[in-house]
Amino acid sequence: MPILSVERVTKAFGGLAAVSNVSLDIIEGELVGLIGPNGAGKTTLFNLLTGIYVPDSGTINLSIDKQVIPLNGIRPHSICQKGLARTFQNIRLFKDLTVLENVLIAMNQNINYGLLTSFLHLPAYKREEEKLLHESIELLRIFDLDKKKDELARNLSYGEQRHLEIIRALATNPKLLLLDEPAAGMNPAETANLMDIIGWIREKFDLTILLIEHDMTLVMNICERIYVLDHGMLIASGTPDEVRTNKRVIEAYLGEDINNA
Amino acid sequence: MDKLLQQIVNGITLGSIYALIALGYTMVYGIIKLINFAHCDIYMIGAYVGYFCMTYFKLGLVPSLLIAMLVCSLLGVLIERIAYRPLRNAARISVLITAIGVSLFLEYGTMFFVKANVRTYPEVTGMMAQRFNVGEMVISMQQIILVGITILLMALLQFIVKRTRLGKAMRAVSMDRDAAQLMGIDVNSTVSFTFALGSALAGAAGILVGLYYNTINPLMGVVPGLKAFIAAVFGGIGIIPGAMIGGYFIGAVEVMVSGYGGSMFRDAVVFGILILILIIKPSGLLGKNTREKV
Repeated sequence: MPILSVERVTKAFGGLAAVSNVSLDIIEGELVGLIGPNGAGKTTLFNLLTGIYVPDSGTINLSIDKQVIPLNGIRPHSICQKGLARTFQNIRLFKDLTVLENVLIAMNQNINYGLLTSFLHLPAYKREEEKLLHESIELLRIFDLDKKKDELARNLSYGEQRHLEIIRALATNPKLLLLDEPAAGMNPAETANLMDIIGWIREKFDLTILLIEHDMTLVMNICERIYVLDHGMLIASGTPDEVRTNKRVIEAYLGEDINNA
Repeated sequence: MDKLLQQIVNGITLGSIYALIALGYTMVYGIIKLINFAHCDIYMIGAYVGYFCMTYFKLGLVPSLLIAMLVCSLLGVLIERIAYRPLRNAARISVLITAIGVSLFLEYGTMFFVKANVRTYPEVTGMMAQRFNVGEMVISMQQIILVGITILLMALLQFIVKRTRLGKAMRAVSMDRDAAQLMGIDVNSTVSFTFALGSALAGAAGILVGLYYNTINPLMGVVPGLKAFIAAVFGGIGIIPGAMIGGYFIGAVEVMVSGYGGSMFRDAVVFGILILILIIKPSGLLGKNTREKV
């Protein structure tokens, strides 16, 4: 059963169709890659899925616990609350908050107390706060960031900031996680480590993952299925092997030799 | 020496008013990057609500204060909802012009309903009218109450911003609105909440000024509003503690200048400070200089 089904979605800016007539399905538990040359519309598609843009036509449905939720026209924060979280290609952490606060803010929606409780410091407030703190630190441990929990996010290294983005997305308790170029700017060793961790969090949090990536090693190694976009259109889909030998994909990547990946 | 101490007491009193108003400017700027020119008129409305509560309904200070704060926060939320939200993604200059329009609307709308004449707050009596002599200094009960309430409200605000879920959401939205909504934070209700908080503080400032200076009129917000805005810029606009420091600084400067014979120049000095800040450190006292990365 698909957790996400996108049907004939189109989004144009002015006269340019950034995404045109794209349909795709993602089955629960899958790890799917979305690739394509620069400007192919990958990030636009992510923005459509997360509600930043509203599609001009077509439908996007999220199915969680056998319940089908149409995402067209729903505001981004409620889409997130329904179980779809993402990271950003250009890092968008809350840079002037500490590492821990970044994670706590993402957990905000899971809080079960009201304003009055926090004013009065009732036991429920303390209990919830302690629970959230504990869970946040558990999450930070995934990437060994628990030691840096009190540092400002802006002072983390580039790789650590990328890791924190993933943790912050996990903190919203998603069912479907969208990763926008998680390995951008990482060296091969860091990428290899990231691949392991993506696989591990998928198991541990029972997630479905859709990722955009230019690093073909990563995509070909960990994705079970791949969708290829070019000029806003879906030009191929299938297993890594099928995509690797697809003629249209090779043409689109003209010059980039994906067979050597 | 005694004169100096007396001026410091007066400066703290006036500074409290500026600080309360400046907080609203700075919070709204922090969250939607808008200089809300209508904010000074919310302060005026607060003074009128307090006036009506006290004269016609004969309510005491505390209930009047709470009612004024409540009415002002509703008004602030309403203004944001009607005038600013539809322009959320418009150019900043459009929203700024709208804010000036809302400001004029409130000023002359109020004038239409309550007439342009100056009204006087009821005479304070009993405990409220007490004065204390400390050496040569005179401290009135009103000053103590005014400063006390201001400090209480500022402490409350700090608590809300630092400790509550809505406060955390406010800080997240002010840093990156898009990222915040993708982390499940409702941006619209967070912005509404910010307007409610800022306007409540302005409403409190209005009623406190009414009590302290006794007279109110529909255009009373204009000059204090500008000075509070300067206070916010001085402290670093968008930074909450900056607005508090800036408010007290501007209050102290104004009182010192008039106390030592320059009352004709006091406004010129305050606006001169604005020019100096904009030349020397546009990001304000607590602001960080952001360098463009190339």
